[in-house]
Amino acid sequence: MSEKTTEQLINNATQVERLSDRELIIRRTFQARPHIVFGAMTRPELFKRWFAPQAMGATFVDCMFDVRVGGTYRYVFGRPGEPSAAFSGTYREVIDGKRLVYTQIFEPRVADGEGVITATFEVQGTATRFTQRELYPSKAVLDFALSSGMERGMRETLEQLETLVQSLN
Amino acid sequence: MIETFAALAEPTRFRIVELLGTGTFTVNEICEHLALGQPQVSKHLRVLKDVALVDVEPRAQQRFYTLNAPSFRQLHDWLEGYRQVWERRFDALDELLIELDVHKGTDQ
Repeated sequence: MSEKTTEQLINNATQVERLSDRELIIRRTFQARPHIVFGAMTRPELFKRWFAPQAMGATFVDCMFDVRVGGTYRYVFGRPGEPSAAFSGTYREVIDGKRLVYTQIFEPRVADGEGVITATFEVQGTATRFTQRELYPSKAVLDFALSSGMERGMRETLEQLETLVQSLN
Repeated sequence: MIETFAALAEPTRFRIVELLGTGTFTVNEICEHLALGQPQVSKHLRVLKDVALVDVEPRAQQRFYTLNAPSFRQLHDWLEGYRQVWERRFDALDELLIELDVHKGTDQ
């Protein structure tokens, strides 16, 4: 079970595609049934365990999810030496184990406006095909989100390089 | 980079790029495949060429259009950082899901 075949790795690869200047889509298959994946994404005690993995250098400060139409959510995380930042929003559609639509603002940049995220969980045998469509308030906001991602990606690459260099000592 | 995304965001241009992803084409061939008029296709090709997404190669009397690989490489790198962030999260989620599955036992 723990050893992934090449086919599984391809299947499970995270795909990110930019659909337009304001839209992004993230796709991933999980080897668990939709209601389990849905729960891991909407229950605070579970969400905390994967959304900000230690490897990313971020720490969770807090999160709350009131998963019902009109309910709100908020999660706060920080990085060593940086002030904590929060994402928050309101649920527009909730179909347990199947579909979630919610608004999102990045509180430090509240003037940017809110985005809308549509997450779907499709059953595929015993697995789940997860699709997250992110509609950003403007092209500039999506560019900003991507640039912060790039920065983090580069930071990780540098960290990996450092580990490699240390192991060569 | 921003200009590149803006160029791609136009649906017709995106279709042209998708077609060019399958090979090299002349303007007329692009018109035929996508059922578009020549002036329209030429206009879009000019935009794509200006942001270096597309290259032109004159051969005999014809001009052949291809995708510019380094530009697409750059686009890929731009999304790659964001993808890596999510990949890290989802790898952590995979481990949690295995654990939840084990604890769930045989109730499935």
